[in-house]
Amino acid sequence: MKHPMIRTFINPLIGENPITLQVLGVCSALAVTKTLSTALIMSAAVVCVLTLANVSISLIRNQMPKNVRLIIQITIISSLVIVADQVLKAYAYGMSKQLSVFVGLIVSNCIILGRAESFAMKNPVRLSLMDGLGNGLGYTWILVVVGGVRELLGTGKLLGTTVLRTGADGGWFEPAALMLLPPSAFFIIGLLIWVIRTLKPGQAETEEFQARFPVERKGKR
Amino acid sequence: MSDYLNLFLKAAFVENLALSFFLGMCMFLAVSKRVETALGLGLAVFAVQTVTVPLNNLIHGFLLKEGALAWAGLGDLDLSFLSLISFIGVIAAMVQIVEMVLERYLPALHQGLGIYLPLVTVNCAILGGSLFMVERHYGFVESVVYGVGSGFGWLVAILALAGVREKLKYSDIPRGLRGMGITFVVVGLISLGFLGLSGVHL
Repeated sequence: MKHPMIRTFINPLIGENPITLQVLGVCSALAVTKTLSTALIMSAAVVCVLTLANVSISLIRNQMPKNVRLIIQITIISSLVIVADQVLKAYAYGMSKQLSVFVGLIVSNCIILGRAESFAMKNPVRLSLMDGLGNGLGYTWILVVVGGVRELLGTGKLLGTTVLRTGADGGWFEPAALMLLPPSAFFIIGLLIWVIRTLKPGQAETEEFQARFPVERKGKR
Repeated sequence: MSDYLNLFLKAAFVENLALSFFLGMCMFLAVSKRVETALGLGLAVFAVQTVTVPLNNLIHGFLLKEGALAWAGLGDLDLSFLSLISFIGVIAAMVQIVEMVLERYLPALHQGLGIYLPLVTVNCAILGGSLFMVERHYGFVESVVYGVGSGFGWLVAILALAGVREKLKYSDIPRGLRGMGITFVVVGLISLGFLGLSGVHL
């Protein structure tokens, strides 16, 4: 039996990944993954806000009246997001322009409110800290994979340095412009879910409708 | 006039909040299993979006923008860092009011929307609409058009997805791809379709 602190940290990485299993916070995961660098900065912002929100909500969880808890949570989260937004504007102005409204949208990112409501409200501070970090990193690795694939196949670069030389520069690689367009993000996450659920069959969803009589398939059996 | 029509088309189709900016995805994926519920949620988003974007435009223009408080003798005050927290407050309040109005005057629709109405508060399409309105410096009339257009676009998108998913449940999908996986791929394909509308101008 692993230590509960470690378990809370490891679980959300793959087993209960916020994006692929809980399907929380998908909006930003799709929108900021055009390049790897925006994905990294966005993840850093989300990890910070998520961890701090979890800790501070867990700190006051026993003092919070039940019926106003949502308002208090939203206020704490949006204050933290404002801080993150201002820090980005001060130290990485270009990046904050590229991320446009999505930093502000961390407020309504369901991962943060979801974890606050379902975990930080019921658990002590240190466990909430680990849960925040774990979920944040679970979110991060999905973003990094999607961002990396999109940037690599879309432009042949990673973090701005050329990895695959494109045909235009005398190389062999023909960039797939589709990768830079919104639909590709959906495809990549869909396929990622497929891979994870094939590796961990327990996560697969059951079929809603079973054919009454199994259909004979040609070529099989 | 054609400017406004153009803005409407752009907000509803070309720059569809759900399909090209991925806003409101969580609910978009979670509540699109049946056409009826999708219609209810879509209408709720449409209604709230139509009200909040112009309202937030007024708040931003007369209270928060740099120099906006000149009418109160505080010309050099810049409160725009407060916009996030005040927008989310306005949205939560508006959702509450819309809910009360519907309950009083259209109880049937209120029954139908049920739980989805309060959930609209945390739908990022709503907050995103207001933030885009600020970022693009829309005037008041433009913000009305943008609110209507983007809300309508979201409604159309979720209806399309729900229609596809209703048919999809009878199909034989590989085990791991079932459920969320195939939904993502379908949304990708719909989004690819909407992409074909880019460049449409009147």
